[in-house]
Amino acid sequence: MGINWLKYSAPQAFYPLAGKLIPWFSIVAALAIAVGLYIGLLVAPTDFQQGESYRIIFVHVPAAWMSMFLYVVMALWAGFGMGLNARLSFMMAQAIAPTGAMFTFLALLTGAMWGKPTWGAWWVWDARLTSELILLFQYAGVMLLRTSIDDLRRADRASGVFALVGVVNVPIIYFSVKWWNTLHQGASVSMTGGSKMAATMLTAMLLMTFGFWMYSMAVILSRSRCVILEREQLLSWNKSASTPEPVEVR
Amino acid sequence: MTRPGMWDALCGVVRRDLLLAMRRRSDAAMPVFFLVIVASLFPLGVGPEPAVLRTIGPGVLWVAALLACLLSLGRVFTADYLDGVLEQMVLIAQPLPVLVVGKVFAHWVIAGVPVVLLSPLLGMQFGLDGEAVAVLALSLLLGTPTLSMIGTIGAALVLGVRGSGLLVALLVLPLYVPVLIFGAGAVASSLAGVGAEANLSLLGACLVLSLFFAPWATAAALRIALE
Repeated sequence: MGINWLKYSAPQAFYPLAGKLIPWFSIVAALAIAVGLYIGLLVAPTDFQQGESYRIIFVHVPAAWMSMFLYVVMALWAGFGMGLNARLSFMMAQAIAPTGAMFTFLALLTGAMWGKPTWGAWWVWDARLTSELILLFQYAGVMLLRTSIDDLRRADRASGVFALVGVVNVPIIYFSVKWWNTLHQGASVSMTGGSKMAATMLTAMLLMTFGFWMYSMAVILSRSRCVILEREQLLSWNKSASTPEPVEVR
Repeated sequence: MTRPGMWDALCGVVRRDLLLAMRRRSDAAMPVFFLVIVASLFPLGVGPEPAVLRTIGPGVLWVAALLACLLSLGRVFTADYLDGVLEQMVLIAQPLPVLVVGKVFAHWVIAGVPVVLLSPLLGMQFGLDGEAVAVLALSLLLGTPTLSMIGTIGAALVLGVRGSGLLVALLVLPLYVPVLIFGAGAVASSLAGVGAEANLSLLGACLVLSLFFAPWATAAALRIALE
């Protein structure tokens, strides 16, 4: 293969590539989410215990998975940035944080909406919920630390160190339902043990996860384009990329 | 003449920080007074029923200890950062994480040990019985070094940043949550008669883990702040 992947670690090469990829990711995300919602809301059978209210898991579980996954990816990019001294890595880390925070908030919100009819409470202080709330605070901390430091290089690195320190929380969230006796139920889907739910439910959930993942790609890529334009606005390649093409006047 | 080793460097940092704290005793005493005042506000605010106080006591005392530790974090590096000592520490031949351990230990002696020593008195204020008071002191003895360890990472990250006092609280408090849960849980489970061993073991595990990882993170953060 003759593709030089390292070429795309330069922002000026990455910028047009991201621009080309965004529509594809958006289309795939829209399709997957549409089909996932259709199967989840209309095709999947009603749960014999929880009735219709269980259907919120088709948003809740994928959002919770994405919130943890994106945090690890953000920390990895920050780690790459520090290890390899690559400026695009920090831009990716910066672009991921808001989307990750959004999914964390979505997971907490849908969890509360599900908890009210099922548990009879919007919120309980069990280990899973508390550690997910802390994840939201960590996303906020990463973003706040970045915006509080004026020097860009230091802001990137300091928030990167904080993101890496916070990775400890991700396994705590994931295993909290096993380690503690929580009100939040244990995992219904696992890599090793297969799934404990109906096949249509699993299909819907995996489709939604895939859709959320593709959505994250699209949003993160377009946000990273903004970050690139913002940070490299004084470089000459950028001036031609960011100014709109002249419109032909007849 | 032999070159000073790592141990000498560590002791030197500890001695210097303790000496500086002894010269400004009122600075060092402030977090402790803060702890006593916060802990005394709760019975006035919540009401003096002994049963209520006994239930909220462990949590309130742990939160107060946590805030007292947080308040003193600003002093760990700021003065050294301003007068250039920190830069010298980064430059000398001894590994920076070792010096960081010295700074953390000094911070714990100044801010953590008084809290541990005062906790039996405050525990009695909240009507805790003999065994619960002992568990409270023990849990603080195991937990406060972890608080200093985690806190110094935050203190190093926000060094010289505007609004750093509030920012360090926002960064560090979420990371303090496990210590708070296990610490207050130890006292609560001792009050409930379940035995505090499980929570105390978890506190010990937190301490060992943070002792291993935190100095590296703090050293990395200091290098970033000074470059």
